[in-house]
Amino acid sequence: MLFFSFFKTLTNQTVTIELKNDIRIRGTLKSVDQYLNIKLDDVDVLDLDKYPHLSSVKNMFIRGSVVRYVMLPRTEVDIGLLEDATRREAANQAGKAR
Amino acid sequence: MADSEDTGAAPSVSEPLDLVRLSLNEMVFVKLRGDRELKGRLHAYDSHCNLVLGEVEESIFVVEEDENEEETIRTIKKQEEMLFVRGDSVVLISPQA
Repeated sequence: MLFFSFFKTLTNQTVTIELKNDIRIRGTLKSVDQYLNIKLDDVDVLDLDKYPHLSSVKNMFIRGSVVRYVMLPRTEVDIGLLEDATRREAANQAGKAR
Repeated sequence: MADSEDTGAAPSVSEPLDLVRLSLNEMVFVKLRGDRELKGRLHAYDSHCNLVLGEVEESIFVVEEDENEEETIRTIKKQEEMLFVRGDSVVLISPQA
């Protein structure tokens, strides 16, 4: 649930998503679910000359499993909070494993 | 939960992901599927090996064939300031100095 919550804090931010087939898509993160499926608005495809087939798409749903990276705005990420949440999640997982 | 071995003591390395936990806010080396490698500062991870890295340098290794049909490896380097990496691409995570 850590990254689900993390992405919820980033809604309405502009992110760039790189897919496993190398397509890079920039857009506004509108929503995310537990599978890290993502809905993007105001979509721009980078390298449009290489991937012209998405030029007319303005918003999209991206299946979480095809995502390789999400490039994030650094100023919108609270690193201290994120690391604390990670330690808490790790402790929870350790508790479950016993 | 309340094992006698971990009462009060500093959390130790007892399972694989504990090694990753000790690398929080440290530089790590991550090998990915598709001939890619990352170096960056680890800010978050979960049990799927989803990661958030800062100050990232990505290296992509591309095999190219020159006119003599000899294979050379070209390395493409990219920088990112903050990057989420989906865990299913991750092959290994290594603490590095």
